[in-house]
Amino acid sequence: MHNFEFVKPSTIAEAVKALAREDAQALAGGHTLMPTMKQRLAAPAVLVSLTGIPEMRGVCRNGDALEIGAATTHAEVAREAAAVYPALASLAGGIGDPAVRNRGTVGGSLANNDPAACYPAAALGSGATIVTNTREIAADDFFQGLFSTALDAGEIIISVRFPIPERGGYAKFEQPASRFALTGAFVAKFGSGVRVAITGAGEDGVFRWSEAEKALSATYAAGALASLTVSPDGLMGDLHGTPAYRANLVKVMTARAVRAS
Amino acid sequence: MTKVTMTVNGTAVSGEVEGRTLLVQFLREGLGLTGTHVGCDTSQCGACVVHVDGKAVKSCTAFALDLEGASVRTIEGMANADGTLGTLQQAFQDHHGLQCGFCTPGMVMTSAALLAENPKPTEAEVRDYLEGNICRCTGYHNIVKAVLAASGQDVSAVAAE
Ligand SMILES: Cc1cc2nc3c(=O)[nH]c(=O)nc-3n(C[C@H](O)[C@H](O)[C@H](O)COP(=O)(O)OP(=O)(O)OC[C@H]3O[C@@H](n4cnc5c(N)ncnc54)[C@H](O)[C@@H]3O)c2cc1C
Ligand code: FES
Ligand code: FES
Repeated sequence: MHNFEFVKPSTIAEAVKALAREDAQALAGGHTLMPTMKQRLAAPAVLVSLTGIPEMRGVCRNGDALEIGAATTHAEVAREAAAVYPALASLAGGIGDPAVRNRGTVGGSLANNDPAACYPAAALGSGATIVTNTREIAADDFFQGLFSTALDAGEIIISVRFPIPERGGYAKFEQPASRFALTGAFVAKFGSGVRVAITGAGEDGVFRWSEAEKALSATYAAGALASLTVSPDGLMGDLHGTPAYRANLVKVMTARAVRAS
Repeated sequence: MTKVTMTVNGTAVSGEVEGRTLLVQFLREGLGLTGTHVGCDTSQCGACVVHVDGKAVKSCTAFALDLEGASVRTIEGMANADGTLGTLQQAFQDHHGLQCGFCTPGMVMTSAALLAENPKPTEAEVRDYLEGNICRCTGYHNIVKAVLAASGQDVSAVAAE
């Protein structure tokens, strides 16, 4: 790993200022960025840790939504969201392993937008709002393809606001070596309708499965998906599963998510 | 180089580190605490797990400077004050929970974190919690047995598959 200057600000303003420096990059839990730096695929000159900023940590209920600081760890979300938004808590509690959950953060996961990550499905499936240091971005506009998001250079996620559904569920078919989702489905039922987000399957990353949203909005039961078919076009294929295999998993995992909700 | 200060196994320590110095490097090379092992260096294997403020953390995937002021416990801090093996360590020995021993420091530290959270885990809970700790020798079974035994549970019923 190339060396860098390490800074750990205690306010958002200081962090934003540090990130304006040349070749500066944000560090949260480091569970994606550090392996990337070890491979020298990233070599920031300045690394700005976001974990020492109190306003960026914690889980708090705000009316109909759960607002989670971007630097909150998966373990904290698993614990603190359990009573209000169990589907989100169980998603966080199923990421990687206990040590990964003690360091990895929701902001890091969303900013990274790995096509097989869990949190993008929760954010898109809940219709979350990503709050940054400059604006608020709807999840529908945030994810822009593999490892790419609407964030501008130097822009940081401060918190994420998840509307709390009447019912919600997440089902992940685990890729056993990486523990990421080979395919995962997040389902959330609101008074206004049902949202379904699929991760691990799309060539462009997380996406909404609109046919399932329609069917489940009409009848909220796993059986409502029975007559739907998923096209393998645009789905990922690799040694773990073909596009057709993932297409089948999309349906199976969505049904499981409904049953879990 | 920047100065970093932590508490390691109850003792205040400090040292000069680079930005890129990993916690595990600070422990092994800076403090000579070579009980913590590096297996993969890519956050996959769990050999390097230590406790940071009471929580299991992969020390290959944390920068020393990010843990300024933290309280760290390593495998060297698991023995009893008189130098004899701690309960969990003794259980690993009694139940043959190790062969080459490379994964053992991480297994013991992760298991200790589990027992602190959940003093009487079920077999399934032990296996689930140890998901990020890879062992290439034992087949896990005796590790699970050791953890259950260390929690004071009867392991005679755990099948020796
Ligand atoms: C063994 C292992 C298993 C895993 N299993 C899973 C799994 O099952 N499911 C899953 O979803 N993930 C999994 N992960 C990934 C894990 O959740 C990571 O923690 C996460 O993807 C990145 O979060 P981080 O806090 O570690 O971010 P970092 O690695 O610190 O940062 C990632 C990227 O986001 C940027 N960034 C970080 N925070 C912010 C912010 N607030 N604003 C803007 N940019 C930011 C960084 O600059 C960097 O580019 C696993 C990781 C490991 C090592
Ligand atoms: S050496 Fe840290 S996880 Fe393998
Ligand atoms: S005892 Fe050899 S790797 Fe576990």
